[in-house]
Amino acid sequence: MKRVLDLFRSARGNELFFNGITTLILASGSVLILIPLLYMISTSLKDPAQIRSDSTSLFPRKPKTVEVNGNLEPLYQVTVDGQVHEYALIKKIPGGLGQFVDPTRPDVIHELRINDQKQLYRWDIHWENYPEAINAMPFWRYLGNTLIVTFVGMAGMLFSCSLVAYGFSRFRARWLNVFFLLLLSTIMLPSQVRLIPVYILFQKLGWINTLLPLIVPQFFANAYDVFLLRQFFMTIPLELDDAAKIDGANPLQILLYVILPQARPALVSVGIFHFLYAWNDFYEPLIFLHTRENWTLAVGLQTFDAIYTVNTHLIMAVSVLMIVPPILLFFFSQRIFTQGVVFTGIKG
Amino acid sequence: MSLPSFQKMSLARREALAGYAFVVPWIIGFLIFTIGPMLASLYFSFTKYNIIDPPQWVGLANYARVFSGIWDAIRTGDSRQFADPLFWKALQVTLYYASLALPLNLAISLFLAVLLNQKVRGINIWRTIFFLPSIIAGVAVALLWVRILNPRVGVLNPFLKDVLGIQNPPGWLADPEWAVPALVIMGLWSVGGSMIVYLAGLQGVPTDLYDAAKVDGANAWQRFWNVTFPMMTPVIFYNLVLGMIGTFQYFTQVYVATSSSLGGLGGPQHSTLFYNVYLYQNAFRYFDMGYASTLAWILFIIILILTGLIFRSSDTWVYYEGQLKGRG
Repeated sequence: MKRVLDLFRSARGNELFFNGITTLILASGSVLILIPLLYMISTSLKDPAQIRSDSTSLFPRKPKTVEVNGNLEPLYQVTVDGQVHEYALIKKIPGGLGQFVDPTRPDVIHELRINDQKQLYRWDIHWENYPEAINAMPFWRYLGNTLIVTFVGMAGMLFSCSLVAYGFSRFRARWLNVFFLLLLSTIMLPSQVRLIPVYILFQKLGWINTLLPLIVPQFFANAYDVFLLRQFFMTIPLELDDAAKIDGANPLQILLYVILPQARPALVSVGIFHFLYAWNDFYEPLIFLHTRENWTLAVGLQTFDAIYTVNTHLIMAVSVLMIVPPILLFFFSQRIFTQGVVFTGIKG
Repeated sequence: MSLPSFQKMSLARREALAGYAFVVPWIIGFLIFTIGPMLASLYFSFTKYNIIDPPQWVGLANYARVFSGIWDAIRTGDSRQFADPLFWKALQVTLYYASLALPLNLAISLFLAVLLNQKVRGINIWRTIFFLPSIIAGVAVALLWVRILNPRVGVLNPFLKDVLGIQNPPGWLADPEWAVPALVIMGLWSVGGSMIVYLAGLQGVPTDLYDAAKVDGANAWQRFWNVTFPMMTPVIFYNLVLGMIGTFQYFTQVYVATSSSLGGLGGPQHSTLFYNVYLYQNAFRYFDMGYASTLAWILFIIILILTGLIFRSSDTWVYYEGQLKGRG
């Protein structure tokens, strides 16, 4: 005992204690994070009867049953005289009691408290929810639209933001500083203040209910990504530019052959962030897209919920499908997120 | 007359021209998608405009609709005296959410970031788990939480009842009193987004500061308050400003949670009528573009004022390392 106390008083013991507490808090927090996700997945694999009768279960399951006198009865693990048996519940009687029998000897009835016995379950997984959900909505159409918006927009964003970030990081001119401050100030600008005229502009162009309003603006750079790319470009040594200049490279060639290859991690980061933004975006697709053949997954899923609210299993199945691509991308590019590569530009 | 050729220009001019050429995409975008529309919406805010008919100048009528009745309402304490009570309701809902969500978000995400900056086993797994919800935030997650919080068939209330022994768990999104707190809980699940920003900030705190504090005999708690916290104030400041702006943009979760429910969008009883939801209704349901533009500009001014206040107060609590060294 004394040795334990000594350990706690020592610096090493202190550290062990703190690490233990930290791990404990992190583990409990993780449970709070993961249980809703587990619930989403398990609900997507249940059938409506399970959702109604066994909604709180984190597993897609059904009661185990056994045939007794020609009827299917639920099976329980019961304790009789200190011995554990698997008995069927054949009748509930008032007062929380039930009549249990051994399925092989149905004539001997044991009256026991139901709540003290453990009901037995079997896995009951409904994979067919997934094809059913996909067929209940134009899923592939939504997916196609989402992919077009996400990847064409990403290409436009990377193209325009690289050019602009290069302009702001490598050239000196009187107005460039002013422009850069203007650009930064638009980060704080609430989008609503420009949304309505932009909507009207797209309407006059006949672009409402097409994917163009979600894609075309990406080709004109945005403050956030320009800022991150510029911060990264600034860290690339000027000597590399100079060497290329001596070899006769023009500014565009320097961008293509010197800067962009060096800036790969930054380009990947802003690309990933754009994917997550475009994939999850709901507000703009909701405003600009009016008929179902043009919807993205986010709008399609919300509308599916509005029509099929009672079919929780199908809605959760599509929800799972919708969160899988971001999660996969996240696992393949974890380092970028967890080590905060992307955020180094904004601190301090 | 001929323009001076590119070759004959001075080096500085050529550099400047090339620089402007590269930022042209942004300049065009800024004119077409930012400054032009901003001025247009300022103009629309003084008009009656339903898109089909040309805008009709009405002077300050839209602003009067927002602000008239304000004295009567204050004097009598009756919100029906407002010419547009829903505007004030929307403002109240938004500020109520901000007053709950921003401090909780700050405390929890900073706390988690400090824990995730410790050298404990499996730290990358913990970081991954906590960050996970913020990358899937959107319709799917909102639909999930609507089901978890459902008072009849959800899983949260049976847990509160049976495990924690709470006799009358709230009706959450179905209850006007609890709808905003329910949305706060939904938001806290995705706290990882701001947590990762704090984590990046923590990794920038120089370790020699901690070593110096340890030499001076500071314990973990003192090290947090006297080293970590001051060093983190710029990041806290950044998250606070963006969080404030984000609250005024809050939309998706409310739309998913309420648009197909009995209370309707912003319901029940307007308890989730966030500012952006009200603006959306006016613009894209009633196509009252004039009034919606007014709302957008008032929103812009509110954000300017609040950001200005946070900036002003930042002198007293945000610490920048440069200042200590006397280089300011």
